[in-house]
Amino acid sequence: MAQIPIITEASTTPSPKVITLRIARYNPQHDSNKKFMEFNIPYERWTTVLEAILEVKKYFDHSVAVRYSCRQATCGSCGMIINGKPRLACFTKISELNSNVVTVEPMNNFPVIRDLAVKFERLFNTHHKVKPYLIHDDSEITTDSKEFLQSPKELEKYIQFSNCIKCGLCNSACPTMATDSLFVGPQALAQAYRYVADSRDKGKDTRLKIIDESHGIWRCHFAGSCSQVCPKGVDPAMGIQLLRGYMLGFRS
Amino acid sequence: MRESIIMKIHYGTALAAVALVAVHILMRLTQGFSESLQYDSVIANYKFLPYAGMLEIILILLSIHGFNGLRVILLELKQGRTYEKAVSYGCVAAMIALITYGTRTIIMVNTGLGMM
Ligand code: HEM
Ligand code: SF4
Ligand code: FES
Repeated sequence: MAQIPIITEASTTPSPKVITLRIARYNPQHDSNKKFMEFNIPYERWTTVLEAILEVKKYFDHSVAVRYSCRQATCGSCGMIINGKPRLACFTKISELNSNVVTVEPMNNFPVIRDLAVKFERLFNTHHKVKPYLIHDDSEITTDSKEFLQSPKELEKYIQFSNCIKCGLCNSACPTMATDSLFVGPQALAQAYRYVADSRDKGKDTRLKIIDESHGIWRCHFAGSCSQVCPKGVDPAMGIQLLRGYMLGFRS
Repeated sequence: MRESIIMKIHYGTALAAVALVAVHILMRLTQGFSESLQYDSVIANYKFLPYAGMLEIILILLSIHGFNGLRVILLELKQGRTYEKAVSYGCVAAMIALITYGTRTIIMVNTGLGMM
């Protein structure tokens, strides 16, 4: 006879655990420095930090500024500093932080718009600067068009770098970004590698030239923080070293 | 100059310096380490041209490497057109000044100038 599981009261209505969510509040237009507001938020094993912040917006303080969209680690909008580390709020479960206090702050190395929302202009500009698209003479499809065939081995050379969602967490973690306001940054450098290493691309020389300037690729000192924080498994630090391989003549 | 050329020089000077400083240290260890800085020993070393030449090369390599390193640190510290120009030319000037001063010492010992 099949065993019927015994459903206890505790497992049907578990008393929710509660954390203290500390949210950094700052409006550069009239605040001199950031202040923290604290909220007690109940959470389940699966509750994400973004859900906790939205809970605050719904029930306690509607004015908290936060950027988000997909809620599934795809759009790259919700990057912030969570308990001291740059992470995606929608991809970080409260239960995995192992802390009764969860502190959320805006990403470092980005100008703050308000509270947790930061300006992405520099990220997008540097991304755009490295020409993040295939450069090829006959890339337009013509009548008797041919496919650009690529072997799995050729794909493997760059595929992890194409997972980048432009969240900016790597730029937020980078120590050079903190002081060099003109540094091109790990996100854009990783994308430069992504296209340079693509067998269909012919823009290698153009891109290498763009990043070979006084605030370009050479200002990376291989701290490796970018690769530690990337939520999509991209390894910008490795991309940068591989790019240097082309520039120092170890790769062609 | 292209940044990649500057950085190739930066890495190259570092590697060459490792090799030459190793010879320099071996030389000191075999020639009586404790007397290294005694007046007669220093003069004798500077008068032994192959060794003095090697010291001169180390001076040039590490001045280039060190002042370019300083340039890199300063470029990352603050940005701005005039500031960056000042840093670049300032570092080249300091590099040349240091090399000139060190070279002058070796030449003076070998020509007897400045000796009492
Ligand atoms: C011979 C042994 C040496 C080796 C192998 C070496 C190697 C290096 C390398 C690879 C870098 C680049 C680091 C980076 O880009 O992150 C560097 C930077 C630097 N080096 Fe050296 N170096 C040596 C000796 C020296 C000496 C004796 C000085 C001082 C005169 C010096 C001053 C600097 C400075 C100021 C930097 C810039 C800091 C930085 O980029 O992190 N180095 N060195
Ligand atoms: S490399 Fe990773 S951390 Fe950097 S922007 Fe792309 S997805 Fe975000
Ligand atoms: S909301 Fe889209 S990545 Fe988090």
